[in-house]
Amino acid sequence: MSNTVTTTPALDTSKTLAAEPRGRTGAARLLLGRDAVMIYALLAFVLYGMIAIPRFASPVTVGFLLLDVIPVLLIALPMTLIIITGEIDLSVASIAGLTSALMGVLWAAGLDIGTVLAISLLAGVAAGAFNGFLVAVVGLPSLAVTIGTLALFRGLALVVIGDNAVANFPPELTAFFTSKLGGTGIPTVMIGVVLVALFFGVLLHFTPFGRGLYALGFSKEAATFVGIKVARAKFWLYVGSGSVSALAGIYWTLRYSSARSDNASGLELTVIAAVLLGGVSIFGGKGSIPGVIAGVLLIGTINFALRLGRVSDVVLIIVTGTLLIASVVAPSVFEAIKRWQHNRRLRRSLPQVPASGETNATAPGVQERK
Amino acid sequence: MEFISNRARKGRGARRVSVLAAAATAFALVATGCATGSTGDSTDGAAADGDLSITFIPKQLNNPYTDVVLGGGKDGAKQAGFASTQVVGPLEASASSQVSFINAETQAGTNVIVIAANDPDAVGPALQEARDAGAKIVAFDSDTNPKYRDVFISQVVAKDVALIQTKLISEQIGGKGEIAILSATANATNQNEWIKFMEEELASNPDYKDIKLVAKVYGDDDDTKSFQEAQGLLQAYPNLKGIISPTTVGIAATARYLSTSDYKGKVMLTGLGLPNEMRPFVKDGTVTAFALWDPAQLGYVAAYAGKALVDGDITGKEGDTFTAGDMGERTVGKDGIVIVGPPTTFDKNNIDEYDF
Amino acid sequence: MTTTPTSTPAAPEREAGGGARLLGSLLRLREVPVTLALIVLVVVTYLANPLFLGAQGVKDLLLNATIVIILAVGQALVIITRNVDLSVGSILGLVAFSTGTLFATFPGIPIIVVFLAGMALGALLGAVNGLLVTVAKVPALVITLGTLYIYRGLNNAWAGGKQYFAGDRPDAFGSLSVDTVLGFPLITLIAIVVVVVVAVYMVGTRPGRDLYAIGSDPAAAELFGIPVSRRVFLAFLTNGVLAGLAGVLYASRFNSVGATTGSGLELDVVAAAVVGGVAIFGGSGSVVGAAIGAVLLTTITSALTALRVDKFWQQAIVGALILAAIIIDRIAGLRTAKKLRVSEARDV
Repeated sequence: MSNTVTTTPALDTSKTLAAEPRGRTGAARLLLGRDAVMIYALLAFVLYGMIAIPRFASPVTVGFLLLDVIPVLLIALPMTLIIITGEIDLSVASIAGLTSALMGVLWAAGLDIGTVLAISLLAGVAAGAFNGFLVAVVGLPSLAVTIGTLALFRGLALVVIGDNAVANFPPELTAFFTSKLGGTGIPTVMIGVVLVALFFGVLLHFTPFGRGLYALGFSKEAATFVGIKVARAKFWLYVGSGSVSALAGIYWTLRYSSARSDNASGLELTVIAAVLLGGVSIFGGKGSIPGVIAGVLLIGTINFALRLGRVSDVVLIIVTGTLLIASVVAPSVFEAIKRWQHNRRLRRSLPQVPASGETNATAPGVQERK
Repeated sequence: MEFISNRARKGRGARRVSVLAAAATAFALVATGCATGSTGDSTDGAAADGDLSITFIPKQLNNPYTDVVLGGGKDGAKQAGFASTQVVGPLEASASSQVSFINAETQAGTNVIVIAANDPDAVGPALQEARDAGAKIVAFDSDTNPKYRDVFISQVVAKDVALIQTKLISEQIGGKGEIAILSATANATNQNEWIKFMEEELASNPDYKDIKLVAKVYGDDDDTKSFQEAQGLLQAYPNLKGIISPTTVGIAATARYLSTSDYKGKVMLTGLGLPNEMRPFVKDGTVTAFALWDPAQLGYVAAYAGKALVDGDITGKEGDTFTAGDMGERTVGKDGIVIVGPPTTFDKNNIDEYDF
Repeated sequence: MTTTPTSTPAAPEREAGGGARLLGSLLRLREVPVTLALIVLVVVTYLANPLFLGAQGVKDLLLNATIVIILAVGQALVIITRNVDLSVGSILGLVAFSTGTLFATFPGIPIIVVFLAGMALGALLGAVNGLLVTVAKVPALVITLGTLYIYRGLNNAWAGGKQYFAGDRPDAFGSLSVDTVLGFPLITLIAIVVVVVVAVYMVGTRPGRDLYAIGSDPAAAELFGIPVSRRVFLAFLTNGVLAGLAGVLYASRFNSVGATTGSGLELDVVAAAVVGGVAIFGGSGSVVGAAIGAVLLTTITSALTALRVDKFWQQAIVGALILAAIIIDRIAGLRTAKKLRVSEARDV
């Protein structure tokens, strides 16, 4: 609620309450912002793991860890852009599943692998365009639309491949998807993932289109006013999301060499949890690609550390949930405390001002936060 | 997003605090988690052979059948002389969910990995990596693709399981009528093999010529889904006389539906079930007889097979023999398959003698 | 059945007399499509397979819908306030398992005590959601996604591989979902009572109507003097109680309760509410609509099997229905807005 920050100018409270200049740009923003903290948290955790967890410090870790997080990492990139505009896409995992199912059926039908990959990718593009059409052109709420397409695309995956699984993909190809770059332990496919990440990073942070997305997240009207084609921007974001989800589906299929309708199911929740943890505001208008990448890697690393320690997935579920809530509740609690302290200071320093004007303005907001 | 009412803008400081808080929580949780993990599950048995380690990866954790199997496995591992026994696994039985557990075990340098595969191929590359790193692979309960494991410990001869179920259903429906199969997941290696043998038997055995298999449905080893699949079967096939459910979750869910509906006593049910789970349905007449092996023995033999592989007593080729503790000598058969024992049929006369 | 006091963001004058009548008659439309779809589905299926409406068939249909109806009613309350609760499946699972535990640990415990205990546990879990949402001012989607994980984790940690079976529970408890009165299974009657009570509350009381105001425009509702936080908290609390009730009924109907009971249910429940005409961005829809939505979705599953349609189509159809519901909702909204403009113009 934006109406809570109302102060009487005469009291000179603007210094404490008004927002700091938000306009840090470029390197300064990258080094000092929230994303940086996320990256430091990641580095700190990795360091902790290397010291405290037996067998963690090894190139094998890098390989297994990255192979595990690649699908989440890929999908998190377009998801970041979508959430920054204040929308959401819950259908990503279903698009990946649909792509996987399609790959299986086409390959089993004897098509050339290149054709199979191309058609599967196109299916992802089409699925994304369908979402984009309903959200951007028809103007329906994205949450509802993508809950619908979450069921629809997963359903189509079932229709396409049914109960079957296709496993006999070309061994050279599946081997390539788990291969590593020399002795570094880094999977070869990471090259592609880095390229996709660079694409979305540059798009978001260094182009007018990207800056427009932030404006869009803050206020649709304002964005329209400054000349952003809202509908077109959103449409292409969903197409991007669909395409990348298809890539994730292809990766999933070839890495596990198994095409099934239930591949990647439930992944949307993991992706969204990671994106939010990476500092993207669910209200839109805030967040960055480096922060999200750090968020994805942090969750992945914790996950891997727990597996290495043979801790049950039960703990993992609870950790994920707690992290998610902590990352969104902590700022609110902090804000509330700050506000409360500020109000107390105000009351103390200005005893002559009766409670009428000032407290009336802020009290409801404070009360709500108790 | 439009549906959210709480549009609070936060300062930078607050966000930063939040990350720190989140990171701190993560550290605390992981630290405590690791602490409990390392002391909790490992059974520090008599370390006769240095520090050999064995890890069981079931289809999914928190499944009653799996718990019985793993109980036997832990006993077997202890007696066989493993210094450390671990159980890890996913909470849901999806195809790819076991892979990261196999990877972690590879990295841990575990000597023996015992796995019940959710998908025979999806776990393949990961298992291959584990073997390259020196681990021995024992598949049990549900096989992987044979090229990825050393031996497969099978409950029973697959064909025997199929035949006992067709025999039971034939007896119960009087040798004629429509029947259906309610299985686990559509990709389950073991169930699919049994179903294949059942179909062959129904087609070839003249005793079964009046029995018609009208449908195969899959309850995904999920109680609710199996329940609804059973219900759907009876509605879609009004002349259905019997159901075979070769999975413990499916038979129990179907029994529950039958016992609470008009079909009780009219539609017969058999398959593979846990006596403890099926006892009330046998007592109230919903189910006359069903079959199973002793699941604990499966885990027990798997542990000993792992030990024999590590010691180099067997390699997994046909004709190898090893001693499986109290269970006596076992022989590796064709394709590296080890058979545990014959299935048992349970009915109201003997069900109280079993507790698993 | 009931008239729904509703408003759209485009209609600030929701108390206006003449407009409200018009609005009311139009908004009843929102339950019409889903009801029609349900009738068509049942009739077509019946013509193809008369067994579908046999005694056992009807009983199965009602029993299948019961648990989702109760959950959808609770979810509708939350969605109407422009929130969402994704943790209901996990709440149901925890309560179902604790129901099994209660019967196993205290043989002979009165059934009513188990019901109360289950609803109390549900209330507690719902209250945690409500508190986090209202105190921390964080979107419900994120909070309940977090508690979805946490509650499920707690359920796993508590249950482990333990499961309780129907045989562990008294026969009287199990027969709640077997015995019928006038063709209605007892647990379905419970669900109907829930629908009626909540529907009356939403229409007939001030707090009920406040929920619509909050969902239409939270800021305006606050200015209007509505205790927004308290009402939203109440919605989450009620949803928790209902999820708890559903958990107890689940234990009555199904065979086993354990660590994974109820997982994945949240999507079905949100879908039922949306298909039933509850707008996902709050402020409109009714619990009756949500309940009919629940019946429709569960009936589709049974109908497809009864028609021997390939069951793989089921999920795709559900997805298409959700999209259809949103589009119908949007068209209805546009038409309402247009009518309002016309009537306003006439008033001037």
